[in-house]
Amino acid sequence: MIDLDNITRSVKKAGENITKRIVVCAGTGCVAGGSIKVFESFIIVAKELGISVCVELKGGNIGTLLSKSGCQGFCQKGPLVNILPAEILYINVKVDDVKEILEKSIKNNSLIDRLCYSDNGKVCKGQNEIPFYKKQHRVVIKQCGVMDPENIEEYISIGGYRAAEKACAEMTDKEICDVVLAAGLRGRGGGGFPVGKKWNLARNQTASKKYIICNGDEGDPGAFMDRSVMEGNPHGIIEGLVIAAKATGADEGYVYVRTEYALAVKRMKKAVKDASDIKVLGKNIFGSGHNFTLHVMEGAGAFVCGEEIALIASVEGKRGMPLPKPPFPAQSGLWGKPTTINNVETLATIPMIINYGADVFRETGTVSSHGTKTFALTGHVLNTGLIEVPLGSTLRQIIFDISGGVTDGKGSVKDGNFKAVQIGGPSGGCLTEEHLDLSLDFDSLKKVGAMVGSGGLVVMNKSICMVNIAKFFMQFTQNESCGKCVLCREGIKQMLLMLSDITEGKADEDTISLLEELARAVQIGSLCGLGKTAPNPVLSTLKYFRNEYDAHVKEKRCPAGECKSLINYEITDKCIGCTVCAVKCPAKAISGERRQKHKIAIVKCVKCDICIKSCKFNAIEIV
Amino acid sequence: MDSNYSKFKTVCRILKENSFDKSKLIPILQAVQEEYKYLPKEILVFIALSLNTSPAGVYGVATFFSHFTLKHKGRHIIKICDGIACHVKKSNSLINALKNKLGLKEAEYSTKDVFFTIETVSCLGACGLAPVFLIDEDIYGQMTPDKAVELIDKIME
Ligand SMILES: Cc1cc2nc3c(=O)[nH]c(=O)nc-3n(C[C@H](O)[C@H](O)[C@H](O)COP(=O)(O)O)c2cc1C
Ligand code: SF4
Ligand code: SF4
Ligand code: FES
Ligand code: FES
Repeated sequence: MIDLDNITRSVKKAGENITKRIVVCAGTGCVAGGSIKVFESFIIVAKELGISVCVELKGGNIGTLLSKSGCQGFCQKGPLVNILPAEILYINVKVDDVKEILEKSIKNNSLIDRLCYSDNGKVCKGQNEIPFYKKQHRVVIKQCGVMDPENIEEYISIGGYRAAEKACAEMTDKEICDVVLAAGLRGRGGGGFPVGKKWNLARNQTASKKYIICNGDEGDPGAFMDRSVMEGNPHGIIEGLVIAAKATGADEGYVYVRTEYALAVKRMKKAVKDASDIKVLGKNIFGSGHNFTLHVMEGAGAFVCGEEIALIASVEGKRGMPLPKPPFPAQSGLWGKPTTINNVETLATIPMIINYGADVFRETGTVSSHGTKTFALTGHVLNTGLIEVPLGSTLRQIIFDISGGVTDGKGSVKDGNFKAVQIGGPSGGCLTEEHLDLSLDFDSLKKVGAMVGSGGLVVMNKSICMVNIAKFFMQFTQNESCGKCVLCREGIKQMLLMLSDITEGKADEDTISLLEELARAVQIGSLCGLGKTAPNPVLSTLKYFRNEYDAHVKEKRCPAGECKSLINYEITDKCIGCTVCAVKCPAKAISGERRQKHKIAIVKCVKCDICIKSCKFNAIEIV
Repeated sequence: MDSNYSKFKTVCRILKENSFDKSKLIPILQAVQEEYKYLPKEILVFIALSLNTSPAGVYGVATFFSHFTLKHKGRHIIKICDGIACHVKKSNSLINALKNKLGLKEAEYSTKDVFFTIETVSCLGACGLAPVFLIDEDIYGQMTPDKAVELIDKIME
């Protein structure tokens, strides 16, 4: 039988002579920025410099350990290199910086200021000093940026699989459900349904076979939390699944991952194999008599497959179509057997609750929403990335304290630039300035017509037209509707057409009231969550940005200057005739003599914005 | 005839690896698409017969999921993200710039020499780096139209 303490001891022993650790971020963002090359060059350059660097925790290794991690959160500033135990965080690291890091920070313990994040000129040494990290509360994703996600022994050495052992060997299924219920954990996949309740429902089914599924579909555009957890801490999810399986009586499970998430698929597959090899998965886990086998399945790109019943259908090899509930999956799910479906983050939270108990978990959060939540912070903010905060934090804290404020088109922070924040993806809504101090939790967001959803937060500055955003989401849900319900299939299509009319200046006031009426009908008349929540972006923008809709229909004007049919480009007297815009214009719409004011041929202009961006004299305006 | 035979040989291997299991239809189609870059119609029929299910059912699944394609695609596939995060960071100017660069009109997605195919997708999960696009397997983040066009130039070389 597997002995976790033994593995921990041997990992500790192997690390005895390791004094430092260089952690190169190998999450999707940093890999895109070239972090793998940085990693490889550490090995080569260390050899050249005669610095002892190893890439594996093995007995006899000395010096510095070089390892990869999952997403460390600060993706925009990647590739990131974290140096431990000094807790130095270097940003935007290039291959050319590697030599200096080894010489200065590994050999001599000194800090390279130019590679550090600077907060208004103040050099921040590491996560403890960078505002982006300092103001967060990282629990679920804490290990993501440190641990080597492809090394199961390291996960065990920092306390991993202890909760699984405890749950399997010492607790009954009822006891596990009771703790989770007492912790008040609500599902992180969007709906916020109490996890303990769901597990109890499945547990109470008498069936010879039950399943558990981890929902890693994450079809919400603008969200990448689940991706980061799967890439950075796959064993945390597997541990959660082992516990959930024991609690509900399941002996087989699936991790359903989006096919677009190649790295997450790869890491999950490796983690499942490694866990099976050391018998954390399989038969008679921890000698408890509990059996559990786990498969990884790739989705095939359909947003609706995130919905439980559609997901089950696609695991069965069918089109992903929802069905009316009840029966709930907990009663009759995969191949008609009781099936529990939980979100990635939900499952990754479970080990913590088992290890530290319900009370510790309840210490963070609000009265009805306990614990922390990860958010994918994107859009017009200074620092985008993956964050984790207690439920009940405010948008103001997130947007201004953690992220550093709202940016303009050129990326610099200016006061008064904030317009709206879209929360919860296509199921969520748009909030405004008046909601900046609203507590972000499941219930208060629902009250204002939004939703925590999976946790996408898209901040928008004044350049964004809210009608356009509503249209954007309708386009998305129209593409993704499975087509089963008339109101979802046809209603959303009509809503999209109406919104197009509004943005193109072809609509009148009746269009708006019709739009609103139809939105309510789609809400009521659709079967699954996709259709039921699809009108949210429309209704919330109608509620909070009505004046913008009015300007489009009454004055045929787009206040944000975004709707192409309602705007034109004009070159003002500020033009000095530098010709830059004329050279860059892809439509060859700009003409003019050198040192003379240029002109735009409206008929040729495709309204691409390139000229505005390229003019150093701000001489081009939208009218 | 020859090429057809080799087509089916690979499909047979994939079917066997999935134990001719109807419920593995999605992984089977994924593996087939990985081989051929698309799902040829005659292969869909062949799969249906082999799994003892209806061609319509297989076709239904193949058309339902956006990952599957029944059309032949270019050698290099550019997937431009037009998810919400990329959208607010002006992904459409990337789309325009690239279409312009490759000389593609409104509804065209592949270049005449089928060297490039452009697609828009609704989130690559790298939203922190928006706007983002993917060329084959590699993600490029914090893109500008200029940088995007430069990249294409490099690939065309
Ligand atoms: C259209 C639609 C898409 C969904 N997409 C996801 C998803 O990508 N990931 C997820 O965990 N839940 C998604 N959900 C919610 C799931 O159906 C389900 O409630 C959730 O996985 C349950 O896990 P939880 O209780 O741990 O939150 C979606 C729901 C709907 C209606
Ligand atoms: S609401 Fe839309 S997505 Fe959901 S079942 Fe009906 S048609 Fe399909
Ligand atoms: S918006 Fe684009 S097409 Fe129009 S003038 Fe400027 S650069 Fe040319
Ligand atoms: S991928 Fe490196 S910080 Fe997110
Ligand atoms: S919205 Fe473009 S990567 Fe997510």
